[in-house]
Amino acid sequence: MTRILVDGVEVDVPAEYTLLQACEEAGAEVPRFCFHERLSIAGNCRMCLVEVKGGPPKPQASCAIAVKDLRPGPDGAPPEVFTKSPMVKKAREGVMEFLLVNHPLDCPICDQGGECDLQDQALAFGGDSSRYAENKRAVEDKYIGPLVKTAMTRCIHCTRCVRFTAEIAGTSDMGAIGRGEDMEITTYLQTAMTSELQGNVTDLCPVGALLPKPQNFRARPWEYQKTETIDVQDALGSAIRVDARGREVIRILPRLNEAVNEEWISDKTRQVVDGLKAQRLDRPYIRENGRLRPASWQEALGTVAAKTKATKAEKIGALVGDLAALEEIFALKLLVEGRGSANLDARQDGSKLDPRFGRASYLFNASIAGIDEADSLLIVGSNPRKEAPVLNARIRKRWLKGDFLISAIGEQADLTYDYDYLGAGPDALARFIESAPTASAKRIVLIGQGALTRPDGRAILALAAQAARKHGGLSEGWNGFSVLHTAAARVGALDLGFTPGQGGLDAADIAKAGVLDLVFNLGADEIAIEPGAFVVYIGTHGDKGAHRADVILPGAAYTEKFGLYVNTEGRVQEALRATFPPGDAREDWAILRALSGALGAPLPFDSQKQLRAKLGEAHPHLLRLDQIGSASAADLEAVALQPATAWKDDFAPAITDFYLTNPIARASATMAECSALALDRLKQAAE
Amino acid sequence: MLADKDRIFTNLYGIGDKSLAGARSRGAWDNTKALLALGRDKIIQEMKDSGLRGRGGAGFSTGLKWSFMPKTPDPARPSYLVINADESEPGTCKDREIMRNDPQTLIEGALIASFAMGAHASYIYVRGEFIAERIALQKAIDEAYEARLIGKDNIHGYPFDLYVHHGAGAYICGEETALIESLEGKKGMPRLKPPFPANVGLYGCPTTVNNVESIAVAPTILRRGASWFAGIGKPNNTGTKLFSISGHVNKPCNVEEAMSIPFRELIDRHCGGVRGGSDNLLAVIPGGSSVRLVPADQIIDCPMDFDSLVKLGSGLGTAAVIVMDKSTDIIRAIARISYFYKHESCGQCTPCREGTGWMWRVVTRMAEGRAHKREIDMLFDVSKQIEGHTICALGDAAAWPIQGLINHFRGEIEKRIDRYAANPHPDPVRVAAE
Repeated sequence: MTRILVDGVEVDVPAEYTLLQACEEAGAEVPRFCFHERLSIAGNCRMCLVEVKGGPPKPQASCAIAVKDLRPGPDGAPPEVFTKSPMVKKAREGVMEFLLVNHPLDCPICDQGGECDLQDQALAFGGDSSRYAENKRAVEDKYIGPLVKTAMTRCIHCTRCVRFTAEIAGTSDMGAIGRGEDMEITTYLQTAMTSELQGNVTDLCPVGALLPKPQNFRARPWEYQKTETIDVQDALGSAIRVDARGREVIRILPRLNEAVNEEWISDKTRQVVDGLKAQRLDRPYIRENGRLRPASWQEALGTVAAKTKATKAEKIGALVGDLAALEEIFALKLLVEGRGSANLDARQDGSKLDPRFGRASYLFNASIAGIDEADSLLIVGSNPRKEAPVLNARIRKRWLKGDFLISAIGEQADLTYDYDYLGAGPDALARFIESAPTASAKRIVLIGQGALTRPDGRAILALAAQAARKHGGLSEGWNGFSVLHTAAARVGALDLGFTPGQGGLDAADIAKAGVLDLVFNLGADEIAIEPGAFVVYIGTHGDKGAHRADVILPGAAYTEKFGLYVNTEGRVQEALRATFPPGDAREDWAILRALSGALGAPLPFDSQKQLRAKLGEAHPHLLRLDQIGSASAADLEAVALQPATAWKDDFAPAITDFYLTNPIARASATMAECSALALDRLKQAAE
Repeated sequence: MLADKDRIFTNLYGIGDKSLAGARSRGAWDNTKALLALGRDKIIQEMKDSGLRGRGGAGFSTGLKWSFMPKTPDPARPSYLVINADESEPGTCKDREIMRNDPQTLIEGALIASFAMGAHASYIYVRGEFIAERIALQKAIDEAYEARLIGKDNIHGYPFDLYVHHGAGAYICGEETALIESLEGKKGMPRLKPPFPANVGLYGCPTTVNNVESIAVAPTILRRGASWFAGIGKPNNTGTKLFSISGHVNKPCNVEEAMSIPFRELIDRHCGGVRGGSDNLLAVIPGGSSVRLVPADQIIDCPMDFDSLVKLGSGLGTAAVIVMDKSTDIIRAIARISYFYKHESCGQCTPCREGTGWMWRVVTRMAEGRAHKREIDMLFDVSKQIEGHTICALGDAAAWPIQGLINHFRGEIEKRIDRYAANPHPDPVRVAAE
């Protein structure tokens, strides 16, 4: 720690802090454009100039100087920095004037207006008028993909976007061409960016040069109703803010959560918004003569109740999809178990994870933040770039720090970092267990769903546990056995035990033709239920599940209900309601409660509060928000002792199309466009 | 006047034999092993004692610069010497002559300097436009390799490799950190300092960047002794210096002269005087286009050295003396220089990127008189807002010519504005030619 005086205020800061950070610490506001905590230091905007006592007689860029670079004053007095002196004020006004000479005066038609750093700082630190009387520069707009709209005349060349793509996203999509005032930011050949995190450049851009294209001219920042909630597009549960105007969700932005997503979100998380409006189920439907017809709630619930009463318990089954919250999973479990059926399954992809092996067997035990302290990583049957892009950025961040050996078994994909490719299938994993390439004390063994959804998934799980146990993945104070889920609902469903009970059927059997007579489908759209059974679909979108349904009960999407979710590391988080479900759609737990009433066996709660109380009685850890409930590493020892005879087949990717993994994303035109572009790139690469 | 025996560059004009044999006959590579035998510390001390100030423009003590390099070698982070042959400053053409005609002085200097810094590899970054110079230099290096003067296993017993790198012709790549970036294969954009190259330079390793002339004079200084070099010129401004004199003199030339030679003597003796006599002199830019100009009455008897010119608000820079007689349209001349800096700004940091274009546009209008008098003060203020606020010195270099113009020729600008105001015409402003 080093002492430093900022405007006469003495603060004690770590020596490696930049002056800018030290000034912040002392409560002095320093304007900046190019500086960003998570990007490398560019020092090019020159806005953060401060005066350093005893230094050269010119202002210094505070972002580019470390506290340790300052020399102490005579007789050991701490170095002194001024952020409000006349020299600093003049310098800032000068830089601001330069930034504005070629910046268009189009704030009234700029979407950034109201949340623009340049606007705010020009007000706070700029002069009162411009002396520039020449023509302003105009720059041609660039095409850089379907998610980011450009207005390059507004660009102030802070290069945050360039540094983001190069450092965080790892794709080097963007760069600057030309020199001097002719410098232009572009993707060079004006191709679309290739990163799954590209949307973040619109947040980073301090001006209105890079704007989210789908939100073009849709709303002003001050018109939004802002709801701080979490995302369900992947199993990370990234912190997001849902901005709605009226009843419509307009945009989704990331929120800061150091433990999960830092401050990034994937493009699917961000731009799935138009999927929340399209293809929505806004009233109940009943299938008659092969066609679905609109019906009232009473009629629909009556039909379901009659069918349920007429069906024998062992002929009833229930499936849970990838986006369901704990409340409705819990309610469905009570309802179906109440009928006496054991045919429950939340693993529509056929994953072999099972709560019977203990909680540690299906969590990302290392925790997302734990990646930062790991010293090596083994990826088994996973493509984190597609399955959890934000997590992948975290891995890349750790990799960039150095001394982090990454090995991968499975798909040989471009993960934005280098790794040792060990092989495509379980053989390679067995070889790894025999002899790991390096010794390691804190290894993460990351197991993807691509390795676990196979019929021999249980054997792979055992092999992975052996690998972790033998090669530094399990030790005192470190549990590196980490399952990466792809579905937001999965860990919660496993925690609730939504898996086949005694003698119960699993998802594949439930979906088989002629096995069951009645299937409750709570938003499971990735599984084809074969003809035969009467299907009650509770969900949000007219997707695969709705097409197969005999009765549709319209539910609420994740932005339209209060719901608990458990992310891949076992962290319980709450999603909040930003808007109301469309039309007659209702919150899913309430639908199930109403259905239980129609059955004459009401579930033991009348409100969500009571439901949560019941939930807490059965599973206390699921009410502890933002905490990771305990998971015993000892369970993994048992997993490792399971029979581990795996097949020879290569691991298949769990996600083939990143942009279209769930019904909301499939309803989104933006995601469809991204998907088509990605497919094009794949084809071109194959040629 | 510098005596012939005291000249370091004895084949500056390429009259003698340019080959290795020719250079040896003039004394190059004469018992270099004995110079190396002095040891690192002695060499650096000699360089410090000689008072040699860097010939690239900033005038920092060369010996002191060498002493910043790490003393104990770290095998993971080798030291490098990088020689800046990106001579792009308008008016400067001295390094070009060294590479063309006397390259062995540079090669020998590179070996000695590298030895003094513990560097086993050195890079010469040659300006993109210097095709013939690169070829001549490469030929000389090949000859030196062949004679085992340099190389992994050379006769001096100090493994040393020398590489020529050809730039792409950007002025900014003459800035030491931009040069390093360019050498690494990146876009030539200056780095933030600190860290300085002596700590984190080429490929993250300790690096010293020196001008061609600073390196090329080193062997002779060591051979003839620091006191000989320090005995030429004035205290703190010692030694010999290559002057590149261009513009309105009767015989423009490159010449090696003693430091602190008065301007009048320099021009009269070597250049046949100012065109039309010394009364016809208007102003002089004494150190390459980036320094402030000096009007005739102040420069005429001024000693040409670092300190005297700084006192006049200018600088010696690279000693590229641009002489302008009274036929010069001084405002247009500065406008053209301003265009150069606008064109060569790398675009990285704000004041230079936006300010150079602004200044160029205003001063171009002023050259026509198409401006307001209040804009003169504004222009000066804008130049002050660029100066000292940028990452590298290009911002300063762009601001100084404008400041020099306004300081010394304000009346000329006002006259031009009045003349235009008396007869305003809609003809477009002429833009300085590319």
